[in-house]
Amino acid sequence: MTPQEILDILKTKFGEAIVESKQDVQQPWICITPDKTKEICLFLRDEASLQFDYLSCLSGMDYGNGNFGVVYHLFSMVHKHKIVIKTFCAKDNLQVHSVSSVWGTANWHEREAFDLFGIIFDEHPDLRRILLPDDWEGNPLRKDYKVQEFYHGMRVPE
Amino acid sequence: MLQPPTLPTNYTVKPGQIKTSTGKTLRTEEMIINMGPQHPSTHGVLRLEIVVDGEIIVDCIPHIGYLHRCFEKHCEHMTNYQQVIPYADRMDYCSAMTNEWAFALAMERMLKIEVPERVEYIRVIMAELQRIASHLIAIGTFGIDSGAFTPFLYAFIDREKILDLFEMTCGARLLYNYIWIGGVSHDLPPKFIEQAKDFIKYFRPRIKMMNDLLSYNEIFVKRTANVGVLPREVAINYAVSGPQLRGSGVNWDLRRDDPYSIYHKLQWEPQIGKGEMGTVGDCWDRHIVRMREMEQSLNIIEQALDSLPEGNVKAAIPKRIRPDKDAEIYVRTEASRGELGFYIVSDGTASPFRVKARGPAFVNLSVLPEIAKGAMIADLVLIAGSIDIVLGEVDR
Amino acid sequence: MEIVQTLLANEILVSVLLSLIPLVFVVVYALIVLYTEMKIAAHIQDRVAYMRTGWHGTLQPIADMIKLLQKEDIIPAQADKLLFRLAPFIAFAGTYAAYAVLPFSSMYIGSNINLGAFFLVAVGSLVVVGILMAGWASNNKWSLFGGIRSAAQMVSYEIPIALAIVIAVMISGSLNLQEVTKFQDGGISNWIVFGGPLPLNQKLMLLPFTLLTFLIMFVASIAEVNRTPFDLPEAESELVQGFNTEYSGMRFAMFYLSEYANLFTVSAVVVALFLGGWSSPFENFMTGPVWGIFWFVAKAYAFVLLQIWIRWTLPRLRVDQLMYVSWKVLTPWLFFCLLAVGLILVI
Repeated sequence: MTPQEILDILKTKFGEAIVESKQDVQQPWICITPDKTKEICLFLRDEASLQFDYLSCLSGMDYGNGNFGVVYHLFSMVHKHKIVIKTFCAKDNLQVHSVSSVWGTANWHEREAFDLFGIIFDEHPDLRRILLPDDWEGNPLRKDYKVQEFYHGMRVPE
Repeated sequence: MLQPPTLPTNYTVKPGQIKTSTGKTLRTEEMIINMGPQHPSTHGVLRLEIVVDGEIIVDCIPHIGYLHRCFEKHCEHMTNYQQVIPYADRMDYCSAMTNEWAFALAMERMLKIEVPERVEYIRVIMAELQRIASHLIAIGTFGIDSGAFTPFLYAFIDREKILDLFEMTCGARLLYNYIWIGGVSHDLPPKFIEQAKDFIKYFRPRIKMMNDLLSYNEIFVKRTANVGVLPREVAINYAVSGPQLRGSGVNWDLRRDDPYSIYHKLQWEPQIGKGEMGTVGDCWDRHIVRMREMEQSLNIIEQALDSLPEGNVKAAIPKRIRPDKDAEIYVRTEASRGELGFYIVSDGTASPFRVKARGPAFVNLSVLPEIAKGAMIADLVLIAGSIDIVLGEVDR
Repeated sequence: MEIVQTLLANEILVSVLLSLIPLVFVVVYALIVLYTEMKIAAHIQDRVAYMRTGWHGTLQPIADMIKLLQKEDIIPAQADKLLFRLAPFIAFAGTYAAYAVLPFSSMYIGSNINLGAFFLVAVGSLVVVGILMAGWASNNKWSLFGGIRSAAQMVSYEIPIALAIVIAVMISGSLNLQEVTKFQDGGISNWIVFGGPLPLNQKLMLLPFTLLTFLIMFVASIAEVNRTPFDLPEAESELVQGFNTEYSGMRFAMFYLSEYANLFTVSAVVVALFLGGWSSPFENFMTGPVWGIFWFVAKAYAFVLLQIWIRWTLPRLRVDQLMYVSWKVLTPWLFFCLLAVGLILVI
């Protein structure tokens, strides 16, 4: 199924929740609202004609200027088609609905995005830092990140 | 003769269930143990917090990040894209060639660079040799986990011969910086083809020997069959990939199903676990898939060596790579441990705006708590071994 | 000379001196086995092992020993200090006590007691106490696992060993190991593993059962000394050396020595009970007390080599499988053998 057809299906089903999409790029993507990610992803996984059973990658994004986002790369093992789902959120409201109940693999990816970007995933079962120590300050992959000066009395190298 | 009793997977003795002869209830409690980060069987600095009831695991929580080296942050600070490749090497240090290739391929797709055919062949040869070397480590350490020390050294003897081939090609034995964007750093040395063929001839009987010594050893089979069963649905739901996914009986190999390079021109078969010794998706299946994949890799290398075309080993690429503004791409390849993907976003400058590495070991490890519950401590060691994690890539 | 005579006349002193002979033997033997084990392991694994210290590294075991003696004796702060200090010596004492009843030759046996075989089983259990103490006193969860595993394992495997000893004792008619060996004297066909010096028809009937008993005894004895494939108390890849994780220096060396001494004991018991002990395999050739020592040590050493070979080839069993082997395979078969041997002997 082509990305355009997937977009049409989603638009008829969810309407307002589909914010925008881009079809003329190398990997076409569809942008959805952050509070509807779980419903839409569940639909994408379970709809017989779509069956996106494989969440290949989930990446947090900082687009600069206080714009954040999450990018989902979905593949279907059954139909062998793919789609990129994006969701954007602003820095003062970094809340995205978790999809870890849809795909188990999202659990650790979301923890990583939480750790490195500070994106908060609603209804995530275990939202803790994963790569950095629990008491680390800041989210390193943010564009405006400043390294903390001391960590447990040790100077942090630049 | 050895028929171990099947363990109930949900077995736990709840506190207050054991009664002494005088009728009092015995106080029992579960024990929390830290396995790692300094433990011989966690294959690096993985820490598993396990809750055990006697020898049986009630819960298992992996803690990672002890080897976090800020790969993604580093990428954003590179002055050009080529500089990322040595860093990519250091992600999965047991399988550096495939990492380089994944990043180079992602950049080539983004920039729409056509690489010469000879380069594709060289890359396939290198990646498959690397796959064998990586699987040898996996198999050898899996042997140690099960208590057999000797197969490990046999595996390393063979791996050494592959590293010799790499060394004569690019001078490095572990971290190569060989596959560049648009080509490879050097052409193959004059005697490479001959020596690679000698290696293939030498290695085929060694696979059989390894199978006799380890894979079909009665004790080994009893230890690994029916242990750590990863069902097909769980595997897909957790986006497990590589030998671990195929061990669960899913016929899925990116070299065939999301083709790149010249794999579609070569004759080979993805190997899947069939549950020959127990259940589909147990540790033994994951092990035997790796053993058989090595044979397939040998076939691929043999064909690639035979039909290696002449030609240039570098495509014409701009000296300073500046992709279009807002160009982004996610490219996935079949690395030794599974799906290695790079999501690269450009802002039009010479350094990447964002690089996300989707490592197979990171994702494969996330399924560990699912399959470890109800196993014994000795099994946990084997399950972790059969997942074949490299902490360099889990933590990046 | 007079001093020597008076010294020899003193019974206590003589027995002390006599009891020291096995100690010297154990230490020397441990060094030799250490060397052979490393060399055999290396050659099995296609490498060369020690090559630098002395000719082909022959001095390396001595260097290792000196290194161990020099090392700091670390006792964890939270350990149960008394038990921690005591454990290695108890383990070694248990092993060493068994040497009292091993008939090295027709002329030399530490203590020629009538309950030799029984004594052997009894003091063998002392090693368990030492290991369990070490596991508990270390105050380390992994060590505790090692201790518990070892207790369960050694207690379980003592049953097949005791049953196998009973079978040999039934055939020979004595609990005294010296008597058992004398019973088998006179050539390879008189060994209990081949049915003992009984009338031919009885011998042939006994043969399958004694062979089976011998095999089971051998397997159980590997388990008794905690070696691969039954090395669960140590289980490097799981328990990080188990009960001796926290030990260093001399105390660690004591466990090491105890392990190697025990390796010899179980092999010697198998040899004394089933393979004619010190008696020569040829009827009238190379017999006598001195050759006796040679035969006894050579036979036991052959078994030690076999155990080393097995160790570097096989993977390890799991705890439940280990118990399964003991309780559901070895023990029932031995009961069957016991019954059969008893019936044949009565007929």
